[in-house]
Order: sequence, then C-alpha cells, then structure tokens
Amino acid sequence: MNLESDKPAQHDEARRYFLKQSSLLTALALVPGPVVQAASAQFDETVAAAFEKVPLKLEVNGKKYKLKVEPRTTLLDLLRENLNLNGTKKGCDYGQCGACTVHVDGQRVNSCLSFAVMHDGKKVTTIEGLADADKLHPMQAAFVKHDGFQCGYCTPGQIMSAVACVREGHADSEGEIREYMSGNICRCGAYTNIVAAIQEVKNGGQKV
Amino acid sequence: MKEPNKQIGAGMNRVDGRLKVTGAATYSAEYQLPGMSYGVLVGSTIAKGRIKSIDTRAAERAPGVLAVISHVNSPKVPGFVPTGKDPSQPQTVGGRLKVFNDDKVRFNDQPIAVVVADTLERARFAARLVKAQYDQEKHETSMEVGVKQGFVPTQAKKNPKSGVADYVRGTADAYKTGAVKLESEYVIPTEVHHPMELQSITAHWEAPDRLTLYDKTQGTLATRRDFAKEWGLPEENVKVIATFVGGAFGNALHSWPHESAAIIAARIVNRPVKLVLTREQMTTMVGYRPHTWQKIGMSATRDGKITAITHEATGQTSSYEEFTESTVQQTRMMYTAPNVNTRYRIAALDVSTPIWMRGPGEATGAFALESAMDEMAHLLNIDPMEFRLRNYTDKDPEKNLPWSSKFLKECYQAGAERIGWNKRQLKPGSLRDGEWLIGYGMGVGTFGAHRGSSKANVRLLPNGTVLLQSAVTDIGPGTGTAMTQIAADTLGLSPDKIRFEWGNSQFAQAPTQGGSAIVNTVGPAVQEACLALKEKLRTMAGASNGAFAAAKTQDVVFADGYLTLNGNPTARATYADLLRQTDNGFVTVESKPDGEHNKNYSMYSYSVHFAEVRVNPLTGEVRVSKLVSCADAGTIVNEKTAGNQMKGGAVGGIGMALMEAAVIDDRFGRYVTKDLAEYHVPVHADAPAVDVFFVNQPDPHVNALGTKGIGEIAIIGVAPAIANAVFNATGKRIRELPITPDKLI
Repeated sequence: MNLESDKPAQHDEARRYFLKQSSLLTALALVPGPVVQAASAQFDETVAAAFEKVPLKLEVNGKKYKLKVEPRTTLLDLLRENLNLNGTKKGCDYGQCGACTVHVDGQRVNSCLSFAVMHDGKKVTTIEGLADADKLHPMQAAFVKHDGFQCGYCTPGQIMSAVACVREGHADSEGEIREYMSGNICRCGAYTNIVAAIQEVKNGGQKV
Repeated sequence: MKEPNKQIGAGMNRVDGRLKVTGAATYSAEYQLPGMSYGVLVGSTIAKGRIKSIDTRAAERAPGVLAVISHVNSPKVPGFVPTGKDPSQPQTVGGRLKVFNDDKVRFNDQPIAVVVADTLERARFAARLVKAQYDQEKHETSMEVGVKQGFVPTQAKKNPKSGVADYVRGTADAYKTGAVKLESEYVIPTEVHHPMELQSITAHWEAPDRLTLYDKTQGTLATRRDFAKEWGLPEENVKVIATFVGGAFGNALHSWPHESAAIIAARIVNRPVKLVLTREQMTTMVGYRPHTWQKIGMSATRDGKITAITHEATGQTSSYEEFTESTVQQTRMMYTAPNVNTRYRIAALDVSTPIWMRGPGEATGAFALESAMDEMAHLLNIDPMEFRLRNYTDKDPEKNLPWSSKFLKECYQAGAERIGWNKRQLKPGSLRDGEWLIGYGMGVGTFGAHRGSSKANVRLLPNGTVLLQSAVTDIGPGTGTAMTQIAADTLGLSPDKIRFEWGNSQFAQAPTQGGSAIVNTVGPAVQEACLALKEKLRTMAGASNGAFAAAKTQDVVFADGYLTLNGNPTARATYADLLRQTDNGFVTVESKPDGEHNKNYSMYSYSVHFAEVRVNPLTGEVRVSKLVSCADAGTIVNEKTAGNQMKGGAVGGIGMALMEAAVIDDRFGRYVTKDLAEYHVPVHADAPAVDVFFVNQPDPHVNALGTKGIGEIAIIGVAPAIANAVFNATGKRIRELPITPDKLI
C-alpha cells in the first residue's frame, strides 16, 4: 500500500488517488481491506467501484436490514436516499440545525454527522417509527395540539429531540427545555408552541 | 357570541398536522422516481471575471458520473437568448442568471458546472474534481463603496409614480429647519432567509416536450411560467408540484440558477435529476435581504408634533438584475407629518441578486423609522407611545383616502398593558435587576392589505365530501387549514368532510404565496366557489323538489351533509342524492378585488411590538425577556395558526435585532458566514414565549371575509422595538444591526 502523496498524473487515477489520500483516515479505520486493495492494485475503476461497499446490519424502526453501503454514506443519506425514510430531514449536513435528529440505541444523534457504518448492529428509531401504528406518540399529538410547527421541516428532528429531552430528564422547566432543545433550529420560529408541547407531555406524565 | 359549528376563528388543528409530525409530508427532494440521478453544483471561486478553462475530465471519469455540464457543453436553452427585460418579474429589471450560458463570472460561488451521478455520494465527490482557471477582474462587494454609487432604479426613471420613485409631500428636507430635529443613519447588514429545508428540485423530462418539476417554490404558476418560457414550451406542458415547502420566507419567490441547472442536467442525462443545495449555497444562490443604508431626518415641535420626515435608503443589488423593495414607503403614510420626502436608490455590486425576505423592505425601513421615532421621543422627553399617539393619523396622508380599517390604537393599549409599559422609565439606564439592566421598547409595523385575483375549483364528491383545488402553496402559515375552514363555514359542512388540495400548477390559478396576500386573495375565491356550488346544488334540488324550486336562495340552509330550507326543516336533499341526478364537474370561480373599494380606501394591516430586554453591562449580552406582538390584521381565520405566525415573525425579529449578519470578505468577494455556525439565527434559548394579541375586527373593504394579512407585520417593527429597549436599558443607541455585545461594551 502506497501512502505517498504524489499527485495523480492522469485523471483516471483520481479515484484511486482519492481512496489512497482523501478518505484514507476514515477508510483505513472503517473499510475492510478489499477497497484499499482494489485501489492499490490499480484495478479498473468499475471493479474498484464494486468494492466500495461494505456490509452493514442495522435495525431501523424495528425492521432489520442487511445492507451494503459505501463507508462515506452518512446515516442521514442512508435513511433518505437508500431506505426511503424521508421523515428524517437534511437541514445543513453539519450538525448545526438538528433537523436530522434520530435515536440510535435510545440516544439522540445528528444522523448527518455520523457514517452509517459506525452503527453496525445498532437500533435506529426515526420519526416514522415513533407512532404506535395509527396512534400518535404523545409528543406528536402535543405538537399537533399546540401547533408546534409551521412549515414542518424541522418538526421530525424537534420531536425526536423532544422525546429524548424528556427521557433524559432535561424537561423540568421552561428554561431547561429551551437550553436542551437549542440544537434544533426552527426558522419559522414556533419555539413558544414547541416548548408548550414538551411541557404538556412532561407534566402529563405519559410514558414517552 | 360565536355561532355554533363556526370554523372561522376557531383554533382548528392543521389539516396537514398529522403528516408533518409523522414524517409523511413529502418535500421537493423526497419524491421517488425510477432512474433517479443526483446533481451537485460547482461554484466559482472568484467574484468577477471569465472562466479561462474548466477541466472536467477527472470528474467525468469518476465512478457513476453521468455528465458534467458547464458553459462549454451546456445545450442551447431557448429562453437564454438575450431578450432584455424579463416580463415575469415586473419588479426587477435585467434578467435572471442564465446558468452555464457564457464564461462570465458575476459573483463568488456562481454555479459554473453541474455534476450528475447515479448516487449522491458519487456526484458530491466528482464535483470536487472539477477545476477552473479564471481571468480575474477587479470586483466590488463592499456596500461602503456601493452606498456612494447608488442610482435611481430603472423602474422609477420610467415611471415617476412607481413606489420606488422619489416622493415629496409639502417641502423636501424641511426637517433641517425644524424646532427640534435629528438626523441619523441606520444600517442593516445582508441577512439570509435560511429556511430549514435546503433549496431542492427534482427535474424530470417525461417527454422531450413535457417537463415535471418537484420544486421548492412559493408559486407553482410563476415557476411554471419561468421554465416554460426558458424552454420555449407551452405552459401546460410544464407541471410544477410543491405540496410541502419547508419554509422559504421569500427566497422561493424567484426562479434561481440551480433550478435551471437541474432542468438542463435532466435533459442531458435523460433521467430525473435531484439537486439539493448545500447550506453554503443557500447564502450565495437563492437571494437574501440586501445590505441597506438609511438616513432619517426628522423635526418636531416641542410639544411633540412631527413637522417633517425625510427617509433615504440605498439597497444592494447585483450587477445583472435590479432588485428593489419598499424600504421607504411606510414613512409616507405612518404619521401625520405635513412635510415628508423619500429617496430610494440601489447599488449594483458583484454579488448574486437579493430577493424579498419576510417583511421585506418594510421591515428594513421600520428599523430606521421606528428607531428615529424613539430618538425623537427621547429628545422631546416624551413617552415613545405618547409621541406616536400625538402623531396618529386617521386617514392616509399619502393617498388622502380614509383607511379601510385601522385599529392601531387598540394594539398600543393592549400591548402596553401586557408588557407592563408603565414600568418603563423615561431616563435610560434607570431599571436594574441585580447586575442586569432592564429596558422597554416598542416598534410599529404596517404592510399593505393586498388582494389579487384568484380562482378556486370545487366539486362535491359522491360520498358527500367536497374537494377543493388551488395552485397556491403553503409554505408554513397554514393556508390549507384556513381554506378548509372558510369552505366549511360557507358550505355548512364539518371540516373533516372537506379536502383542500394545493401546491400543484395544474390546479386552479392562484397567486404566488407572498406579500401577506394569500388569505386575502384565495380566501374569497374559495368562499365564492363554495357559494357557487351551493347555488348549483339548490337549483339541482329544485328540479325534483318543489319546495326547493320555490325557495329563494337565502332560504336555503346547508346543514351537515344535506340541504334544507329555513322555515321548512322537513325539506331535505342530501348532497349525495343530488349528485346522482346530474353532472358533477368542478365548479370554477374567479374572484377579483373590488375596484371601487380599492379606489376609495387605503388598506393596511398594522402591528405593534413591545420588548423587554435585559442587558448585562459587563458582557454586553442582550436577552429578550418578554415580547408582546399585537396586530390589527382584520378577521383572524385561525387563532392558533395566525398566532403561531405572529410568534414566528417575532422570533425572526430577534434574529434581525441581535444576531443575523452575512459578512463578505471584500478581498475575495466571498461570504465568510455561510453555514449556521457562522450565520446565527435564533434558537430555543434565544426566544421568550411570545405573547400575541389580535384586535380581530373585520375589515369591511378588502374582501368579504374581512381579512388583512399577517405574515409581514409579524416581523416588521420587532427589530426596532428591541433596539429601542436596548437604548432604554443602557442609553446606547445602536443604529447598525445586529446589536452584538461588542457594540454595547
């Protein structure tokens, strides 16, 4: 394996150059040998492309998936582009807005900030998995009742964060809710109503 | 007393609430089409010049890449031949950027290529391999320079009655000789809409002459018109779907280069192309509130009567399109001043074109006017609300017409009570809570109660439910819910028996969602269409039922699911039975504003915002601890969603006042605040619970519903209310937004 950073002379080497250089830090840690081997053996690009994917087992909303994904695929893009779970939203792709919030093994995470392959064997819950069939989760019902949204785009992330916020025990006061929900931006500015919805769920004592 | 079963006014839950809280609402990048491909834009790295060469070979050879399109190989787009003025955008002169049409670079991060691949990851990677060489020219992006180069907009030169033309009532610049006078300059930096949904489009050529766009737009018909024209297609060959729009605040009022690029790309690869902007590209490619310099000169008598106001403004635009907005207009009609003049200029810089951002120019203008009102009240040692009341006007001094309705005094009174205005001290810096200084401020907002023309389609379905359709979009205010309520009341049906469908260019004509005009405009169309349906059903019932045939229209009562008669409750005809008798097509009605009302009355919505702020004198931190927003917006169709709009506008105002600023490094003509870690918007912790009050009095002249519009007045006047409160707390007058800690310590 060649780690030297000599620039590719030919454009058809760009892909191999990428594999050797740009993604090496993550690729080496995450990607099984074949991809890098394919690159360093200077396989044909189409062959190399076939090696790009790695196996991944994931449970999403109770459904078990056996997948093959590129190491560079984020959990967010996997959900939206591969699993057709568009409820999880892309608002910034940098972990700055919270629209992509999902639960991984019960913890809230920004799915745009983690690679799918980092979650091998884990359980993911998205907004689509929150309701009990036709019965809305109490947080979803409270958001409807208090009009905790306008355009609805940040809403899945707000709700996933809100559920986690209550479970974490960080919803004991209006101020605490505001602090622990500040990773979820609502540009429509429905904060007053979102906080009211969370307070109602928290104070209602329903199981979240 | 509220009539039983009345939906208008009731805080009905949103009709699309369930879809939004379960993740089932589908936005423009979320349609699944067979053969989907992904487009990623490459932006220029210079602000001005020419592309000397562009090397796309590496990108083309990367795995999964289907095409790399730049000015070198972009197909001839029929609408890109020079035509001069773009008639689809009457308020802008020049034209939209013709993407990949030539080698010219007009702003930094201008799209210079689009890479299309079979997966998002592959497209994104390959886009980074495109390299361009430039012949760079000297650019200008600084508004400090721009302000000195401001010019009269072309539309003002062509039409002296244009809203952006110079205006004089009485004597121009009369403030200079007033008894008590002030002259202050105010600056609003560039602000970016940054809706949470990234601007997205999925373009699909279903046939060589048939195009379908799943697009983030505020106007399905405007988008259809723009791209039909761009490709020389009949409008009916272009279908635009925008069922859910994840916020816009104005930035989807225009057609943008990424939309053109996706359509070109889809044509080349002959597959659907999904193109989602990055958060950085949201700063550079889809408009912004323009950096604006303003000056107010004001004079008053010592007992607090304004004698003259001069309001000047210069706003930023691009080198290729003249963008204008109504920054100075409200100064002409807000107060009684006998001498008022306004001057509006624009400055063309090497930046992308701005676009209206919530409240638009009026929100910018209100920062100057309402700050100046506070400054003058302070000079006169008069309470700022009392000063406004002394200059209250009961008729429009600009048009010399009566108001269609005006309940601004009621707003002052309610707001003052709710915020605790009596605690405010005339002398700044007088109130403290421990180390925190406390201050109170107010700001007034106004926006035209605009109503345009609109159609609505309505039909009764065999199961007794009613289907309505409109091309209008719902970007978040709850249009679909309000229209359902209006239809329910008009027909005498419960809302769950009504289905209002929106966001599709193939539905009945409706205007672009903007300018607070949708309930004013589409509401009456829905109401009139439902009335026409009622009349049709009454006639149909009369064919087989003598009681109905003999009845006058006003005797017909529409109950839940059946028709009956006032005074003869045994006469019954169910809607479903009626439909079996005859044809059941859509009833289409066109609703237009009443010309006589428009001629005889001046129509505006009003708001007043009261802020309580806490300022830490050591750190300069400003916390908005209370915010009260009161509105005279005519009839409130839905207290819940209307209240939410007011609260959201107030939060937007906190952003304007305290944190929002897009900063360009003028050496490179490049924004340095391109993501949400650099461009700050209010988060949960920045906003108090906003207290909203509606006068809720119907306007008798705008339309039969009595509505006046809410979206803009929700934000207009908030930023000066906060700035004035900061002055009241600290004695520091900040005339350049945002009020960041460095300006207070």
